[in-house]
Amino acid sequence: MTLEWIGDAILLLVVLPVVVYLLRGVLNAANSIVPSAQQIAAAATAGSKDLDATALLLTTQDQVQKTIEVAADYGGSLDVILDNA
Amino acid sequence: MPAAGVVMIIAVLLIVLAVVYYLVSTIVALQRITNALDEAITGVVGIIEKSAPVDDVVTSINTNLDAGVDLLEGLLVKKAGMDDAVGLVDGLYPGAAGEGFRNFPESKETKAPRISEVYTKGTLTLARLGREAPIAAASPNGPALRNPSYGSLAARALYPEVRQTRPSSMPRSPVIGTDSPVQYEPSESPGVRKRMPVAVGAGSEPSTSEGGVVKSGLAFLRRLKNE
Repeated sequence: MTLEWIGDAILLLVVLPVVVYLLRGVLNAANSIVPSAQQIAAAATAGSKDLDATALLLTTQDQVQKTIEVAADYGGSLDVILDNA
Repeated sequence: MPAAGVVMIIAVLLIVLAVVYYLVSTIVALQRITNALDEAITGVVGIIEKSAPVDDVVTSINTNLDAGVDLLEGLLVKKAGMDDAVGLVDGLYPGAAGEGFRNFPESKETKAPRISEVYTKGTLTLARLGREAPIAAASPNGPALRNPSYGSLAARALYPEVRQTRPSSMPRSPVIGTDSPVQYEPSESPGVRKRMPVAVGAGSEPSTSEGGVVKSGLAFLRRLKNE
């Protein structure tokens, strides 16, 4: 009978607090990860949206090529018109 | 049932309840983490997909721009000479002469003439297009050749000495109209005047005899000179 009371005391005074302490730590750690994960998701979404303009690089590529071609044409004409230094 | 057994059952129930509560809370938190990571993965995949062609495109743009820089640098140095080319670049972008041209390492050691302080950009362009005048090369370290506030007058010196310093030696443009001081008659044959023009009210009728044209022409020139 005495041993049963001792077992009850151990359960209530030792096991229960230890279990609660350990599980609370796990829960706090999991909860602390949630904001970080949400911030990462927001940043990735914003970064992906920022890169929507990369399609315009194709237009820039074409424009640069045309500009250089025009500059080359002008340069060729100037090379003929002007005397060398 | 003994009292000790009841207390044990209650203690076990309490432990189980605590375990269930904290584990369920942890599961909920992990599910929120999983959802957030799914969103992050979606965003990262989007970034990867959208940035995949950037390397090729930017490389192509840089290649074209490199070709343009090579072309313009070569043309500038070829046409303007190294000194004036460095001076022009330094005039447009102060301090750029120190970096020099990419394809001309010797340009880093070329001392840039003070072109921008001597001539305006428009004057430089006209001078460079009109003639190969070594502008500012004579005195790169000396005083400015002109006042930059009055560039149009100084630019005249870059052109042939016809009008800008001796305007009085040039005949004035004729005044035309029915009430002009000198009346011109239409000619029957192109290029040949019936007679030289006479100012209105000048007096004598011009001679139409042989040699009269020459005499009246000389008289016209004398009159112009006197005026």
